[in-house]
Amino acid sequence: MTRKMNHPAWFLTPYWLLFFIFVVIPVIIAIFLSFTYFNTIQRPEYIGMKNYVELVTMDTVFMQHVLPNTIKFSLIVGPVGYLLSFFLAWILAQIPHRPRTILAVILYSPSMTIGVAMQVMWTVIFSGDVNGYLNSLLMNLNIIQQPIQFLQSPQYLMTIMIIVSLWSSMGVGFLAMLAGVLNIDPVLYEAAYVDGLQNRAQEIWYITIPQMKPQMLFGAVMAVVNTFQAGAIGVQLSGSNPTPQYAGQLILNHIEDFGFIRYMMGYASAVSVILLLLVYAISKVTQKLLRDREAEA
Amino acid sequence: MTFMGNRINPKKFHKSQIKFYIILVLVAVFMLLPILFIFAHAFKPVNELYAWPPRFFVRRPSLENFRMLFRITSETGIPFSRYLFNSILVSFLGVVLTVFITSLAAYGLSKLKFRGRLLLFEINTLALMFVPVAVGIPRYFIIARLGLIDNIFAHILPVITMPVALFLVKQFIDQIPNELLESAKIDGASEMQIYLKIILPLIRPAIATVGMLAFQMIWNDVATSGTFFDDESLRTLSFFLANLVGQQGPQGQGVAAAGALLMFVPNLVLFIILQSKVINTMAHSGIK
Repeated sequence: MTRKMNHPAWFLTPYWLLFFIFVVIPVIIAIFLSFTYFNTIQRPEYIGMKNYVELVTMDTVFMQHVLPNTIKFSLIVGPVGYLLSFFLAWILAQIPHRPRTILAVILYSPSMTIGVAMQVMWTVIFSGDVNGYLNSLLMNLNIIQQPIQFLQSPQYLMTIMIIVSLWSSMGVGFLAMLAGVLNIDPVLYEAAYVDGLQNRAQEIWYITIPQMKPQMLFGAVMAVVNTFQAGAIGVQLSGSNPTPQYAGQLILNHIEDFGFIRYMMGYASAVSVILLLLVYAISKVTQKLLRDREAEA
Repeated sequence: MTFMGNRINPKKFHKSQIKFYIILVLVAVFMLLPILFIFAHAFKPVNELYAWPPRFFVRRPSLENFRMLFRITSETGIPFSRYLFNSILVSFLGVVLTVFITSLAAYGLSKLKFRGRLLLFEINTLALMFVPVAVGIPRYFIIARLGLIDNIFAHILPVITMPVALFLVKQFIDQIPNELLESAKIDGASEMQIYLKIILPLIRPAIATVGMLAFQMIWNDVATSGTFFDDESLRTLSFFLANLVGQQGPQGQGVAAAGALLMFVPNLVLFIILQSKVINTMAHSGIK
């Protein structure tokens, strides 16, 4: 039966059919719905740009909390997570195989936990009364006198969200960078030192990073996408959507709030479209920055 | 400073590595603490769960929490074992299908010549940036229109097109020299036979990697159960555990920790078994 299967369609159809149905069409529907009023009961009603105009001009929660939170969260988690995965990958490459493998498994393992299953663990660790593990520890060390309501107070929620997200950010991008560092031909280093390379910082700058540029770019895309995917974390930590005083409200929570709690699907779709554009734009800018640095070096 | 031999990927320990070990161990401890905490918490008997002051490690480990978890049936009378069975079934089917459709498409994009090949690869690279949660609402309408509500494949079909997976396998196949395939063609092999007999055995590391990523995604997935299923008996373990939080009275925390551990361990074991293949695959992962 397989003797005559030469046509590309045999190979491409299954993947691309599913891709079309579950990626392309949903994006088109989201764009279409974003121009409508749709409450899931009546038919969608075309209202032009109204959703987008309202999002910018009337939605104070979006402009005052969701957008600034998202920007703050992603500007910290994205770049810090990215740099951290590069440096940890580089350091791991400096030690022998066996200990490296063990440490790499440990660093990667948080990215395999699921948010919802960890929810109860964070609640116990950060619990607001004296029984919370962190409160108990800090009080024992006499750093604080009164237990802190970590997850319910706006001033701490964002910080904890950032720490927890960084904790689980050593994922596929990190593994790619580790493979990238390990794959560089050692002859290049030798040659560079002969040519007058002075120290390890120069070594990283002139050899390591340019040589693993493809993995750096891949890691950057993964970092951006993971940052925006991690949007549920605030709701998981605080246990409520909206989060206390919107302190941990990110774009994803805003979509869920309007889509599945208030059933304003048209409006939620407009926010989704903004999210997709945002991820796309940031990924492109990141790649451009990395490529330009390449051109200078 | 002069070059002192190959320090990247060293063969053995040298005292210059101590500073790296110190940093790595500190970071590793930070990363490991919450995970150790789940382990410890899962084995704590009820009096230790609420002991004051709270203790990090368990003193008298017991299986109470696990026994409790296995006995729980949801409000609608579905036993724990049913959710576990659904998760195993869906993950298994999903991984097989992902590996199959991804490697087929990757071979097509890498080695076959047809118009639009580069365009398709560009589209896929663009889709690396796709955030599936943003289209949860449209996906629901599509699943409903296809009549897949309460169909076990609603757990699988929406999630198995993984742009990252296609990207990794395609880059991996690119490394295989064309001469190898040409000589098979001269012997009269069809493209499908080449794929089955030459490509598949050669790309085992990439398949292992993609299989692992697909498993993690499907095993951990909570959204499909919540949105595409009304029939409780078809939902998966991750969804069940996610909704367990805070429902089980005094032992709730311990039971939830036992559940979190149960979800985490298969992922960990799989990664430990496959890690060298994964790293090997990732070496070809670059965006050019």
